[in-house]
Amino acid sequence: MKINHHLDESTLVSYVAGSLSQGMALVVATHISLCEKCRESVIETEAIGGALLEQMDSSEISDTSLETILSQLDEEPIAEPEKGVTDESDGLVPPPLRSYIGESLDSINWRRLAPGFAYVDIFTEGAGVCRLLKVSPGKSILPHGHRGSELTLLLRGSFSDEIGRFAQGDIADLDDQVEHQPLVDKDQGCICLVATDSPLRFTTLLGKLLQPVTGF
Amino acid sequence: MEDWTGTLVKMASTQDKSLYVLLYRHFAPKVKAYITRLGVSEATADELTQETMLNMWRKAHLFDPAKAAASTWLFTLARNQSIDWMRRQKYPEYSLDRMEKSLEEASDPDTAEKHVSSYRMTQVINQLPENQAQVIYMSFFEGRSHAEIADRLMIPLGSVKSRIRLAVEKLKLTLRGEA
Repeated sequence: MKINHHLDESTLVSYVAGSLSQGMALVVATHISLCEKCRESVIETEAIGGALLEQMDSSEISDTSLETILSQLDEEPIAEPEKGVTDESDGLVPPPLRSYIGESLDSINWRRLAPGFAYVDIFTEGAGVCRLLKVSPGKSILPHGHRGSELTLLLRGSFSDEIGRFAQGDIADLDDQVEHQPLVDKDQGCICLVATDSPLRFTTLLGKLLQPVTGF
Repeated sequence: MEDWTGTLVKMASTQDKSLYVLLYRHFAPKVKAYITRLGVSEATADELTQETMLNMWRKAHLFDPAKAAASTWLFTLARNQSIDWMRRQKYPEYSLDRMEKSLEEASDPDTAEKHVSSYRMTQVINQLPENQAQVIYMSFFEGRSHAEIADRLMIPLGSVKSRIRLAVEKLKLTLRGEA
């Protein structure tokens, strides 16, 4: 998969530190499962976590804690490896997302939002929204800005906005400085996974009217 | 400096409990200190530390020294254990586990080098300008999102991100042995 748009380093740090909202962490994990470059970047960023751990002042641990754990080791089941990286076949949902929406992008129970737009909400704890969005070919998403951050991962199809063209596997990692209006390419509809850490801010009157409906 | 990565690899292949004790004595107090800083009670920190250290035993055969030093791997185990406890949902992750490699491939010539840079990294972290170190600490030890850090420091979101980027750039150069 040829991926041109990657995660911002600062987003990767938040992900690795465990400080992203659940929804945004899900989008990041899904992108990483598709993107070798960001996978390498995560490994480097995790080494920062390792160095921080190594320099921690040690807390007190009682000797009985060690005794207890040693008596348990023989009964511990050995862990099986998890499958974490996506194979390339189109239509398959990347592994981190599967426990939320199932295995196939073609068997999703869409809810119609407006002509050309459908969505499924993904339940995630905490602040912000996480949702799968399906947009028909040639449609434009209303111009909007963000109070916080917004992550958009293309799972199928492509769109273009003020920043560039985004295709399968690409991620748009935007903060409150950016206002954009994605236009879906004409040959194929697109499916994307979007997460925000606060509500979006639509910039047109129509967008403001629709906001209660779209929920972003 | 002890080669903890080598010790972990050896423990995985031999199931030698005396090696486990060495690793436990070194890492458990640090893991507990990290978990405590995330803001949980002493009793919970003890419990999560024990779970993390049990996972070190259960998952040791999945540890890949080509990808990470022992301290890095322990950090990810402790992080996942804490987040899964704090949230009802499992923290979304792709797997850093070894895919399909035999144990013979596990001994890695780069291991020692990684330890040097981990030590060097600690120095570089300590030399970061205060405003960069602050955002790194708030991310890693307080679990704060960019927006929360921006609110707390009363600076724009963009400034939080650029401070983190500047800090990470220096740290990664160190890691690659270029600084």
